[in-house]
Amino acid sequence: MSAGVSRRDLLKGGGALLVGFSLADAALAQPGPPQGPDRNRIDSWIAIHADNTATVLIGYVELGQGCTTALPQVAAEELDLGLDQLRTIAHETDVTPYQGGTYSSSAIARGRPQVQLAAAEARQELLRRAAQRLGAPVEALTVERGVVSAGDRSVTYGELVGDQPFEIAFTGTAKPKAPSNYRVIGQRAPRRDVAAKVAGTHEYVQHPRLPAMLHARVLRPRGQGAYGSPPRVLSLDENSIAGIPGVRVVRLRDFVAVAAPREWDAVRAARALKIEWEHGETLPEKSALYDHMRCSAEAETVVRAEGDTAAALSGAAFTATFEGETPYQAHAPMAPNCAVADVRDGEARVFCASQDIYALRTALAGLLELPADAVTVRFAESAGTYGHSLYDDVAMAAALLSRELGAPVRVQYMREDEHGWDTFGPAHIGKVVVGADSAGKLVGYTYDGWQHSWSFTETTDQLARGTAARSWPMGPSRSVNPAVCGGMYAIPNLRLVDHPLPGAPYLRAAWLRSPLDLSFAFVSEQAIDEVARQAGLDPVEFRRRNIADLRWRGVLEVAIEASGWAPADSRPRGGDIATGRGVGLGTHLAGWGGAVAEVEVNRSTGRVRVTRLWGALDAGCAVNLAIVEAQIVGQLVQTVSRMLYEEVRFDRTGVTSLDWSSYPVARFADCPEIVPIVVQRLDRPSSGAGEEVMAAAAAAIANAFCDATGKRMRTFPFTPDRVKAALAA
Amino acid sequence: MADELELNVNGETRRVSAAPDTPLLYVLIDDLGLTGPKFGCGLAQCGACSVLVDGREVRACVYPAGSAQGREVTTLEGLPAWHARRSGAAVADPPLHPVQAAMIEEQAPQCGYCYGGMAIKAAELLADNPSPSDAEIVEAMNGHLCRCGTYPRIVAAIRRAAEAMRG
Ligand code: FES
Ligand code: FES
Repeated sequence: MSAGVSRRDLLKGGGALLVGFSLADAALAQPGPPQGPDRNRIDSWIAIHADNTATVLIGYVELGQGCTTALPQVAAEELDLGLDQLRTIAHETDVTPYQGGTYSSSAIARGRPQVQLAAAEARQELLRRAAQRLGAPVEALTVERGVVSAGDRSVTYGELVGDQPFEIAFTGTAKPKAPSNYRVIGQRAPRRDVAAKVAGTHEYVQHPRLPAMLHARVLRPRGQGAYGSPPRVLSLDENSIAGIPGVRVVRLRDFVAVAAPREWDAVRAARALKIEWEHGETLPEKSALYDHMRCSAEAETVVRAEGDTAAALSGAAFTATFEGETPYQAHAPMAPNCAVADVRDGEARVFCASQDIYALRTALAGLLELPADAVTVRFAESAGTYGHSLYDDVAMAAALLSRELGAPVRVQYMREDEHGWDTFGPAHIGKVVVGADSAGKLVGYTYDGWQHSWSFTETTDQLARGTAARSWPMGPSRSVNPAVCGGMYAIPNLRLVDHPLPGAPYLRAAWLRSPLDLSFAFVSEQAIDEVARQAGLDPVEFRRRNIADLRWRGVLEVAIEASGWAPADSRPRGGDIATGRGVGLGTHLAGWGGAVAEVEVNRSTGRVRVTRLWGALDAGCAVNLAIVEAQIVGQLVQTVSRMLYEEVRFDRTGVTSLDWSSYPVARFADCPEIVPIVVQRLDRPSSGAGEEVMAAAAAAIANAFCDATGKRMRTFPFTPDRVKAALAA
Repeated sequence: MADELELNVNGETRRVSAAPDTPLLYVLIDDLGLTGPKFGCGLAQCGACSVLVDGREVRACVYPAGSAQGREVTTLEGLPAWHARRSGAAVADPPLHPVQAAMIEEQAPQCGYCYGGMAIKAAELLADNPSPSDAEIVEAMNGHLCRCGTYPRIVAAIRRAAEAMRG
C-alpha cells in the first residue's frame, strides 16, 4: 500500500497531456465537501502518457458494479484507444476529481458525460497537433489505437505529447462521437477487476497493513437503540483484560475500543472487557412501530399535486385503496466495514471504503480538528454494501484511535457491530387510493407516505464527542418518489404527500439500494392490480391502457414477451402448492424497469418461492451490456431476498438481528430462474443501472402472490407465519 | 500462551507463533499475509473464510489453528497448485483451478468478497463429484452467502468447470 499518489507520481515516467475540465453540473455546484486545493483549476482529468496509453482519473468508486471498466470504455471510445490502453488509479482526495458521491446509480449516469467530454476535448487537441505534425487537415486524419494517420504517415498520441506535461483549457467545443460510430461503447468488455477477485489478489480495504499498525475493535452494546439516545458507559474494568498481551484500551466519552498488535488479541480483548452500559428501552415496541410512526408524523408536505384528485376519485367507476407497512432492512455487507488510519504529526491518511471520500474528508477534518488539506482519504473496495453502511463510521473510529494511540490503526467491525449498528433502509407506511373510469383509464391517484429521513451523525461521532444526532432534510430517495408512485402512468389527477417523521426515537437509517422504492412499488402496484381486477382487465392490458410513455411501454412489453404472458392462462389454484404470476413496473430516480414474477406458495407451510423472474431495464445507453445484465441479476436476487427474508428485528432496548441466522438473506436454493433483459438505447444518455429494476420486481412478486392465493400481503418479508395468517384471513 | 505452530499452507511449511486456539483465519491473514480467505462473520455462517484442510472445506474463522497442524491447508491462493497436484500436472506456476477460470469466463463476481470461499467450496464439490447436477451444486453451495446475489453465475461457472474438467 502506498499512500498519497501525487499528480507528479501520476505523470512520472512520461509526458502527459492534461485536460482541465469544468463541470457545469449544477448538482455538483451545491455547497458541500471541499473539492481539494486544485478544484478551481482542475475538476476532472484524463492523462495521455508518452507510451501511448491513457489514465482516466475517475472520481467514482468501484463497488463491484463495474464503473472502473465502463468509464474507461467511454474514454477509449472518444479517444480511439483500445480498452487495454486505458488505466485507472485508486480514487483519492486531491488526486482523483470530486464527481459527487457514488450513489443513486451516479457513476455512469453522471460520470459518462463528464469522462466523454474530457476525452473528446483531449482527442480534439491531439488531432490539432497531429494535423500540424503530419501536415494534413484534421478532417483527413484517422485514429486507430492512439495512432493518428494521414495517408501513409502516422504519429502516436504518446509522440505528440512529448516528454513535458502540459495543460489545455476546457473550451467546450469538442463534440463527442455520434452513437452510430461507437465501437467500444455498448460492447461486452470483460470487467477489469474480475480476474484478481477470483485469484484472490484483489486488494480490499481489509488488506492494507502498515508498519507498527495496531488492530482495534470497538465496544458497543449488542444492537443499537433509538437514534439520538446513544448508550453511555457506566463502568469499565481494564483489569478484566490484563491477561491479554499488549492490549490498550481507549475511551473517549462513550466511545470505547481496544487495540493490540495482534488482531486476535484485539478480538479477544473486546469480548473479555468488562463494561457496563446505560442502554435503556428507547425504541418503540416493534409490534407497535407503525402505529408509533403514524402518531409522530409532523406537518405533511405535498410532493406533487396535479388536477383535482378528490373529485376524480369520487367520480371514478372503480377505486382501490391499499395500505402497506414495510420494515427496516439492513445493508449487511458480506464484509464488516473496515478502515486503516494513520494520524500523526498533524496529518491524517485514511484508507476506507467510503462511497464519498470528499464528504468523509470534511467530516474527518472536523472530527480530528485538522484542516481539510491535512487529511487524505483513499478508497479501497470492500464487499458490496449497496448503500450507506458503516464505512464512514469505521473510518472515523480508525482515525480517532490512531490519533489517540499515536500509531496506524486498523479497525474491522465484527458481524454483530455491522448488523447491530447499521444505518438501515428505513421503515415505511404507504397508503394509496387509485381510481379508474369504466374504460379502464386511470383518473385519480393519491399516495401518502410515512417515513423518517436519513441519519446524518455517525455513531462514532455521537459516542466520542457527544455530537447531536442530526437528520438529513427530506429530499429525493427519502421522500415519496414520483417516478415510482404513479409516474409510469398517465394520470390526470395525482397527489403525492409526505408525512415526515422525526429521526428519533427510531433506528438509524440511510440509503439502501433503490431507497424506499421497493416499498413504494409494493404498495402502489398492488393497488393498480386491484383496480384492474375490478375493471375486469388483465393487469398487463390495464397497464397498457394507462401508459403513455414509450420507454415504460418498452420495458413492460419486453418483460411480458420474454415471460410468455398470456392473459387467460389458468394454473392449478387448489392443493398445497398455489402458483401465480405477477407484473410490476418501477425505477429509482431515473430509468425504466419492468418485471414479471412467478411464485409458488405452499399453503400448509406458508413458504413462498419465487420460481422465475424476468427483469427488463431501460437505462438509456448501456455502456457495457454484460455489466448491466449482471447488475439486473444482482438486483433481482436481492429483491427476492428483501421480499421474502429480510427484516431488522428489535426489542425496546435494541436491534436483535445480529447475524446471518437472525437476519436471513437469499441463498443459492432461494434463487429463481432469472432472465435479465437490457433495453439498449445507444443514442440516449445513460441513466444508471445499479438499482432501477428492484421496485418493479418487488411489485411483480407481490402481485404474483395475490394471483396465486387471492390474498394481498400488506407487509414484507413474506415469512411463513405472515403468509399463513394472510391465507387464513 | 503463544506457541510455535507448524503449519502446512499451500504446500509450504510455515512456522508462526500463535496460541493454538487462535482461529486459523487470523493466522492465515495476519501472520501469513494471505488475501484469499476473508473475514465475513466469525460465526461459521457465511463461508467467506473457507479453506481446505486435507481436502475438506472448513470455516477458518472458527477452526483452531492448532488443529491444522499436521494437515494440509489450502487457501484460494493455493487452489491452482492443489488442483494440479491432484490431476498429476506440473505444480510449478499452475493455471487457475478450472472453477476459477470458469468464474472469470462467466464474469461471475460483483464485489467478489465471497469468491474465495465459493471457489474453495466448489473445488471440494468437484473433487467429490465430477458431474454434479444443478440440484447437487445448490445443495453443496447453500451454506455460502453472496450478498451481491451472483448465485446464478456461480452455478453456471461450476457447471462449466465440471465440463472442462471432464475434458
Ligand atoms: S467468516 Fe467464517 S463463515 Fe463467515
Ligand atoms: S460477489 Fe459480493 S458477496 Fe458475492
